[in-house]
Order: sequence, then C-alpha cells, then structure tokens
Amino acid sequence: MTAKSLTSMRSLMRDSKIPPVYAILVVVFVAAIVLDAIFGRGQITSSTILTNMVVRSVALGIVAMGQTFVMLAASIDLSVAYLISVTAVMASYIMQGDPNRVPMAVAAVLGIGAFVGLINGLIVSKLKVNPFIATLGVGLVLKGILNASFENFVGAVPRSFQTLGYGQIGPIPISILVLLSVTIVGALVLSRTKFGAHLYAVGGNVETSRLSGLRTDRVIILAHVICSLTAVLTGLFVVSRLRSGAPWVGTDGLYDLESIAAVVVGGTALSGGKGGVVGTLAGVLIFGILDTMFNQLGVDTFLKQVLRGAIIILAVASYTIRSREKAA
Amino acid sequence: MAPLSTIQQEKSFGSRLQAALRSISPIYVVLILLLIAIGTQNPTFLEPSGILNLLRRAAPLMILTAGQLFVIVAGGFDLSVGSIMSLTVIGASLLINNDPSNTWWVIVVLFAIGIAAGVINGTLVSYFKVPSLIATLGMLLALRGAGLYWTGGAPRGYLTDNFRAFGRGWLEPVPWVERFPYAVIVLLVVSAILIYLFHYTNLGRQLLAVGDNARAAKLAGIQVEKMRIVAFVVSAITAVIAGILQGGFGGVNPDAGDGFELQAISAAVLGGAVLLGGRGSVPAAIAGALALEALFTLLNLLGLPKPLRDAVQGLIIIGAVAYAALSARRSR
Repeated sequence: MTAKSLTSMRSLMRDSKIPPVYAILVVVFVAAIVLDAIFGRGQITSSTILTNMVVRSVALGIVAMGQTFVMLAASIDLSVAYLISVTAVMASYIMQGDPNRVPMAVAAVLGIGAFVGLINGLIVSKLKVNPFIATLGVGLVLKGILNASFENFVGAVPRSFQTLGYGQIGPIPISILVLLSVTIVGALVLSRTKFGAHLYAVGGNVETSRLSGLRTDRVIILAHVICSLTAVLTGLFVVSRLRSGAPWVGTDGLYDLESIAAVVVGGTALSGGKGGVVGTLAGVLIFGILDTMFNQLGVDTFLKQVLRGAIIILAVASYTIRSREKAA
Repeated sequence: MAPLSTIQQEKSFGSRLQAALRSISPIYVVLILLLIAIGTQNPTFLEPSGILNLLRRAAPLMILTAGQLFVIVAGGFDLSVGSIMSLTVIGASLLINNDPSNTWWVIVVLFAIGIAAGVINGTLVSYFKVPSLIATLGMLLALRGAGLYWTGGAPRGYLTDNFRAFGRGWLEPVPWVERFPYAVIVLLVVSAILIYLFHYTNLGRQLLAVGDNARAAKLAGIQVEKMRIVAFVVSAITAVIAGILQGGFGGVNPDAGDGFELQAISAAVLGGAVLLGGRGSVPAAIAGALALEALFTLLNLLGLPKPLRDAVQGLIIIGAVAYAALSARRSR
C-alpha cells in the first residue's frame, strides 16, 4: 500500500467517524486468521467459532458500555465486578428456579443496581471523593455484605430465563442482539440526547460546564446509575449462562479492570470527554478475538494472561505514543 | 529563599505551634484512637510485644504503601505491586529449590526482576504515554500470568528457614522487649531511607512538582520522564521487599500479594496523599497503612465476621477521603 492511499484511507476513516480502534480490530483479526491457519486448525473463520467469539464478549461488552459512560464523565467505576456478583446471586436466590418469580427478581436487582449507582454518583459528585477510591470503597462494602450472606452457589434460574444466555432468534444468539442493542442505545444517547452532550462537556472540563450553567452533579450521578444498570444486565446474563449465582462470579471475571481496559483500548480517554461506546465495542471484540485465538492455538491458560496484559498495553500505547499530552 | 525564612522567624511561637498542629495529618489522630480502642478491648496488644507484633504484621503493607506514595505524588497509580509480591514469593520458592545456600543470590535475582518491572512500568508511562492505570494493570495481568505459568498453577517447594527469617524471625535476646522481629528492623530501615529520599533530598520535591503540574515541572528543568521511572522503580523495589516479608510470614502462596495494590493505594490516601499527584507525605502514608492494619485488628477483636471487615474498611476509606475533601474545600 502506498503512503498516499494510506493517507486517503485515514481521512476516509476520519470522515466516516469510525474510531481508529477499528483499524487495530482488523489487524488483530487478520493476525488471528493467519496465526490460526499456520499453527492452529484454520477454523477461526467458521460461523460457530465466530458466533462463540462474540457470545464470549457479551458479558464484558455490556458492562463496558456503562463503564464508557462514567469514564466519559472523567469518573471510573471499580465496583462493577462486585455488583455483577450481587446481581447474579440475588437473581438466582430470588428466582429459586420458579419462572413466575423472574419479573420480581429482575426488578429487585435493577433496583439494587440503580441504588448502588446513585450512591457511587453521590459520593463522587457531592462528597468530592476521588472516583477511584469512592467506587473501590462501595465495591468493598458490597463484597463484605455479599460474602457475609452467601458462601456458595445459591438458588437457580428457571429454564425460561436461560434463554437470555443460550437462546437464539434464527441463527443469531439473543445475547449478541442484547449487546448490539445496548451499544446502539448507548451510541444514540451519547450522540442524540442533551444528556449525551452534557456528558462530554462535563468530562472535558467540569468547572467550565458548571460555570456554563450545567448541573454537573446530576450528569455524573446519572452516568454512574447507567453504569451500575449495565453491570446488573451483565450479572443477569452471567447468571443465565451459569444457571445459578455464586459470590465470586463477578470478581473472578475481573470485570472491573477488564471493562476499564476495554474502554481505554476502545479509544475513550481516561481523563474523560473523548470517546464513545462504538469504540468500546471494538475494544471488547479485540479481547474476544484474542481469547478465541489463544484457545484455537492451544496457548497455556497462564501464558494467555501474560499476552493479554502485554496486548492491552500495546493497543493503548499505539495511540497514546503519538499524543503530545502527558498522561500519568 | 531568604525573605521566606525571615517571615517565618517573625511569627510568634504560638501561631507557629498552631500552624504545626494544623499541618499534622489527621491520620495520626485516627491511628491513636484506633490503638486506644484496641487497648480497651485487649490491653496486652498495647504492651511492647503486642505493638511489635502489630508492626510485624503490618510491615509488608507499610513498606508497600511508602513505595506506592512515590508513584501517587508523581500523579500515577501502581497496580502491579501485588502481582510483583506474589511473583517474589513464587520465584523465591522455585529458585531457592530447598537449598538454603541459594537464598542470597535468589534475593538479588528477585530484586532484579522487580526493578525490571518498575523500569518497564515507568518507561510505558513516560515514553509511550500509556496512562499508569492501564500500564500497571497490564503489568498486573502479565506478572500474575507469568507467576502461575512458572509454577504450573500450583505452588511447589517451600521457602527455606533463612529466607523466611526476614518475615517471621526474631532478634533475641534484646533488652526490654526480649525479642525484636527482623521484619520491624527491615520496616524501620526502609522507612528511614524512603523518608530521607522523599523529604530530605531533591527527589521528593521534584516528584511533587511533576505530580502537581508536569508541564511546569518540565519547564523548570526537571527531567519528568526520568522522575516517573524512578518513582515506579521505588514502588517495585518496595513490592519485592514486601513480598519477601509476606512470604516469610505466610509461606508459599501463589496469590500472596493479591489485593495489596488497592490496600496500599487506600492506605496512602488515608495518609493524606492526593490521587493524581502533587501532595503526600511518606510518614503519613506509612501511618495510614498501620491504621488500616490496626483497624483489621480491632474489627477482629470485636468479633466481626471477616467479610464484614471489608465492608467497614470500604466505609472508612470513603469517609476519610470525603472528610479530607470537604475540609480542603472549606479551607479554600
């Protein structure tokens, strides 16, 4: 490819508003296909494996969308992993395998999620506690309450509820549709609503936004509530796959740190105000492709973690290295 | 500097005392209150041997927090320290290979691994401009994977007695307290070195300047990139020391350091450090770590179930930081 066509492709991508992370996504995907063809069984492009790849990304994907919202507001949420555990446990505890209790359970966990998000948002915006510490503290509180009340798998979800995790509409798994709808709704909220515009403003500069008459506290609180609700959705998805909830499902999935990594890989700035959910989707898919590729190549589980860590850094470095700004 | 010092001399003794009292971090008050509370529950904890025991148990976290502070004041986070601790324990058990004569070169190797991790962290943040949260998170995942890969998932071997001595050994006979834990000696030496580096050399002032305003620091002639790397290396070295102590104290355990990174950050913040840089003090951070450990001891004495201790810890961290944030706003 000549330098000229590369530049024209770049300007094309800029004009079409496709986040640059999609270039990385393509590179990773092509690399996965090539590596799989040489060292693996060459099946990575089969529809079963591709579908599985996306299904694997759903749990992380949904919560990463919410994480994008708080990070756009220059906040962060470290409590999501514990909230996912709480949701999984409470949902399966309330349902007890009875289809009639599904609505009650879903309403209960959504209520818990909204409350946790509200608390996070209030501590960050009204008490001015650094969001890292605030959500870490709330996470510890959730962890403590959860571990004091439950020790193992509790209850069960009815077969009908497992449709969320395993069902299909035609050839497409419902879970993928859920992830896509969350992404689309998120993208529309960010680009078409007043709240979306306010979110970018608050993340860009909270003081300027306040002086321009924005109720910045409300924006931050709403972002946290949205993030917690997506964590609840991920928790519901996880418990529908596992059929029962245990207090460690969220933390074992490392959903807190991985969702932050996916958002940053997707091009949203840690300092807020820049990025969006469409980029996050690519970040999540990159993780999904890597996982699938490592499985296809039979890479050792632990070595997989090493590579994953390295790739997260490399992906982020690939666009931070050009920026003049100083990131700490 | 000259005019500044004359102004200070003109102040009356009373107002200087008042200023000094106000500048004392509230964490010392919290720490003393916690110790009093522990004393009312069980007075033996406040005898010299009880205090030494508390210090011995708290030593890894206190040392780790002092190192973490260097990174925090420069405006970053170091999430990789817990996995460096775990890797230190794993590496020690595998490399020593049950032969006590290996201990010394193994310790050198462990420090080399830690320093390498710190240099990589710092380079990623300084030259590749990766946000430290992400750079050290990647390092956390990579090192955790590397440690488990090294052991094949399950810990093997055991730590020789001469290695474990740092964490669980005692110096005896010592007058007055009879025996003195090696871990506390390590704690005192490391704390003294870090306090000296941070508060009595240019290093600390330069780190504070970098964390306060990196651009201004750069224009003032500070080598911002190098300062950041130094901060991460200090943090990594304290993680290796903490790992050696923790390994001695708790034996081989592939997740010996898990969760320590967040505890260290919390402790530093309890000690008045401001996340994203520009403010912090090593003694206060160390006191923050001791207060956290004293809190665990107190909750234990009160008979609270272990999981609820997490909840109380969470509430107290939020409360302390909210208090600091609100009082900072009031004084402005």
